[in-house]
Amino acid sequence: MPQTPMLEMKGIVKRFPGVLAADHVDFDVLPGEVHTLLGENGAGKSTLMNILYGLQEADEGEILLNGKPAEIHNPTDAIALGIGMIHQHFMLVDTLTVAENVALGLKSGRGALTDLDAVSARIEELAERYGLEIDPQALVWQLSVGQRQRLEIIKALYRDVHLLILDEPTAVLTPQEVDQLFVTLRQMTDDGRGLIFISHKLHEVLALSDRITVLRHGAVAGNTTSEGATRESLAEMMVGRQVKLAPDKPPVEIGPAALQIRGLTVISDRGIEAVSSLDLEVRTGEIFGIAGVSGNGQRELAQAIAGLQEAVAGSIHIDGQETTNLRPAEVRSRGLSYVSEARMREGVIGEFTVSENLLLIDHASEQFVNRGLFDFKAIRSHCEVLVGEYAVKTPTLDTPARNLSGGNIQKLIVARELAGSPKVLVVAQPTRGVDIGAAEYIHARLVDQRSENAAILMISEDLDEVFALSDRIAVMYEGQIIAVVKPGETTREEIGLMMAGVRPTDSRHG
Amino acid sequence: MSDFLTQTVLIATVASAIRLAVPLLLASLGETFGQRSGVLNLGVDGIMLLGAFGGYFTVLRTGNVWLGLLVGVLVGLVLGVASAVMAVTLQAEQGISGIGIFLFGLGLSDLLFQRLVGTPLPISSFPKLAVPGLSDIPVLGEMLFRHSVIVYIAFLGVPLSMFIINRTTFGMNIRAVGENPEAADSLGVSVTAVRYATVSIGGTLAGVAGAALAIDLGIFQQNLTNAAGFIAVALVYFGAWRPLGVMAGALLYGFVNALVLQFKTLGIIPRSWSDIAAMAPAIITILALVLVASRFRQPAALTKPFTRGA
Repeated sequence: MPQTPMLEMKGIVKRFPGVLAADHVDFDVLPGEVHTLLGENGAGKSTLMNILYGLQEADEGEILLNGKPAEIHNPTDAIALGIGMIHQHFMLVDTLTVAENVALGLKSGRGALTDLDAVSARIEELAERYGLEIDPQALVWQLSVGQRQRLEIIKALYRDVHLLILDEPTAVLTPQEVDQLFVTLRQMTDDGRGLIFISHKLHEVLALSDRITVLRHGAVAGNTTSEGATRESLAEMMVGRQVKLAPDKPPVEIGPAALQIRGLTVISDRGIEAVSSLDLEVRTGEIFGIAGVSGNGQRELAQAIAGLQEAVAGSIHIDGQETTNLRPAEVRSRGLSYVSEARMREGVIGEFTVSENLLLIDHASEQFVNRGLFDFKAIRSHCEVLVGEYAVKTPTLDTPARNLSGGNIQKLIVARELAGSPKVLVVAQPTRGVDIGAAEYIHARLVDQRSENAAILMISEDLDEVFALSDRIAVMYEGQIIAVVKPGETTREEIGLMMAGVRPTDSRHG
Repeated sequence: MSDFLTQTVLIATVASAIRLAVPLLLASLGETFGQRSGVLNLGVDGIMLLGAFGGYFTVLRTGNVWLGLLVGVLVGLVLGVASAVMAVTLQAEQGISGIGIFLFGLGLSDLLFQRLVGTPLPISSFPKLAVPGLSDIPVLGEMLFRHSVIVYIAFLGVPLSMFIINRTTFGMNIRAVGENPEAADSLGVSVTAVRYATVSIGGTLAGVAGAALAIDLGIFQQNLTNAAGFIAVALVYFGAWRPLGVMAGALLYGFVNALVLQFKTLGIIPRSWSDIAAMAPAIITILALVLVASRFRQPAALTKPFTRGA
C-alpha cells in the first residue's frame, strides 16, 4: 500500500524486572482503518499502548506519526499529537457534568473562567453528527454505562483525535450497545481516523477489525486480517497451540432439582432491592447459565445462596434441605461450593500461601488436624495432589497466592471448591480476566463436575462462555430472571435484547 | 439571667461570634481547597501557630499590622509548600505527616517566643472599619458592619472561594483531581501541580489565620490557637467541602464560644465550672459534625496519593 501510516511503532522494547514486556514490537496504523491488538493478559498490549499514550516510556524503539519521529513523554504530549485513549475503566469524574468532563484539561475560551456553554454547544453538534445522544448538563454519576461510553467517545471527538486507542471498550456493554458503538467507530474511520482496538472477545475482533496483530509474551506472534482469520485461528495464535473454545459436553442424565430458590429477595449493600422475588431451579447434571449485564443482582444472588447476604424474603434449598440465611459454613456443609467473582477479595487471601489458601475451607477437618495441631505432612500431600490435578502453576506451595497470575489463582480456587465433590456449585465469572489456556481448563473441569451429577449455577458476563457451557440460559435483569432459554433455541441478539430488559413476547421457551 | 436578654448583650454576642469565627473561617477555607483536591492537611494548627508568632513578632517590632499579616502569608506559604512536598511528592501518610507539621509548629513557635520575646507584650490590633451607611442600620449595623478590616477580608473569602471552585478552570481541575485523579491525568491535567497549588493556598490561609488571631488578640502565648486548626479541619467536613457550609460551621463555633464567654462575664456560669464550659464549643462542633458530615460524600480521592499507572 502506498499510503503513509499515521502511526508506526518500530522495534519497541520495554523491560520490567524479570520480564520483557515488549520485545522488539512493530505496529502500525493506516488512516481510516481499525487495527486490532489481540493477546492474553500480560502479552504486552497494555504496555505497548501505555508507551504510545505516554503513560510509560520505552527502553528502545521509535514512534513515527505520519512519517515523522514523535517524542511522547506524558499524556499531554500524546493529546497534543492527536492521540486519544479510551481506557478499560472509564476515565470520568462522576461528580462533574458531561460538559465539565469534556472541558477538563482543555484551554477555555474565556481564559481562567470555564466556558461550559460553548463546550455544551459543541458537544451537541458532535452528538448530532455521530448519533451519540447525551445531555451536556447531566452529572456523570447519573449516566448509564452506555452513555458513559458515549461520553468517552465524545471526549475524543471533541479533541479531534486522529488516532484513538480503545482498550476493551465493550467489556460492560450489552450486545446491542456494542453494535451501536461499532457503527460510531465506523463513522470515525470513514472520517479518516485510525483506531486501535484492544479486545479479547474474538467475535468482536472479527466483526470490527481491518487488520489484526496478535501479541504473545511481549512479541508479535502473527498478523492477519478479519477475512483471513477465524476465532479458532486467532485463539491458536494467542496461546501458541490449538485450543478448544467450546468444551465437549458428554450427554448426562438430568436429575432432580438440587438447588431450589423460591421468591428470593435480597437487599444489596447499597440498600436497594438487588434481587426481587426470584425463582429458579438447577437440576443435577446441568449447567444453568445466568447471563446479564453486571449489576442486575447476579452478585447478590450468588452471595445469598452462599450465606453471605441476607435473604429478606423467600427460601433457598440445597439438595432438599433448607439453607436460607444459614451461616456460610453451614451452607457449605450441606453441599455447596462457591467460586466468587471477587477473586482477590472473597476467593483467596493474597498474603496466605498456596497451601493455606487450598485449606481455607477444610482447615478444621480431621484429615489435617492431629490433636489440635496441623498435620503438615497430610496437608502437604493433599495440596500437592490438588496443585498437580488442577495444573496450578506455582513455584512452591509456600508462595503467597497474590504472586500467581489471575488464571492460576482462579485454578487454585476452583481446585479448592471442587475438591469436595459438591452437590451444588455456584460459579461467578469463572474465567473473567483469565487467559485462554486456563479458561479452557476451568471449562473442562466444570463439565467434569456436570458429568459427576453436580448442579451448577454459572453466572457470567461472557456470552460466548454462557453459550458454550450452559444447558439452560437464564437472563437476569433488575433482580429478576426475565427468561429461561435453551442455547440451541436462541441467538446472541435475542439474549442481548433480554439483557437490556426486553422480555420475550412468545412463550415458546421453558 | 434577664441581663443576658438585653439588646446590648445580644448585639455584643453576635458581633463577638463573628469576630471569633474569623481565624477558623480563614483556615477552613484554605483547607477546603486542599481537601477538594484530595489532600488532607492535619498540620493546619501548627501552621497557624507559626503564622501567629510571625505576625505577632513583626507587629511587635514594626508596629505595622499589615506587615504582620504579610509575614503570616509568607510563613503559611512556606509551610504550605512543605506540606505539599510531604503529601504530594513524598506521598507520606497524610494523617501522620500533618501531625508532624502540627508538632513542629507548636514547638518552634513557643521556642521562638521564649528566645525572642520572653514576656508577653501587647501589640496594636487591626483598625476598625465602620462600613459607611450600612453600619448605621439599627442592630444589624452594629452586629455586622463595625468590625476590624480583617473580618471583612475573611468573609469576602467565601464568595471568592465559591467562584474559584465552581466557575474557573482551576476550580474544575481541583474538583476533578480530588475525585478521580487518573481521569484528570489522562486528559493532561497535572495532578501534582493542582495539589501543590491547593495545599499551598491552604497553608497560606492557615498562616494568615494565625497572624489574624494573634494581631486581633494583640498578644502571643504558647499554644495560642488552642487547637483551632484541628477544629478548622473538622469544619471542612462539617461544611461538606463547600465554602458556604464551612462558613456556617465557623459561625456556629464562634457563636457557641461567644455565648460561653458572655455567660462567664455575666456570672451565669460559676467560676469553678469555667473549664468545663470552655469545652462546650468543641463538643458542640463535634456533635454537629457527626450529625451533618456523614450525609455527604467526601472527595473520592481524599488522602490518596496519586501515582501514574498505579
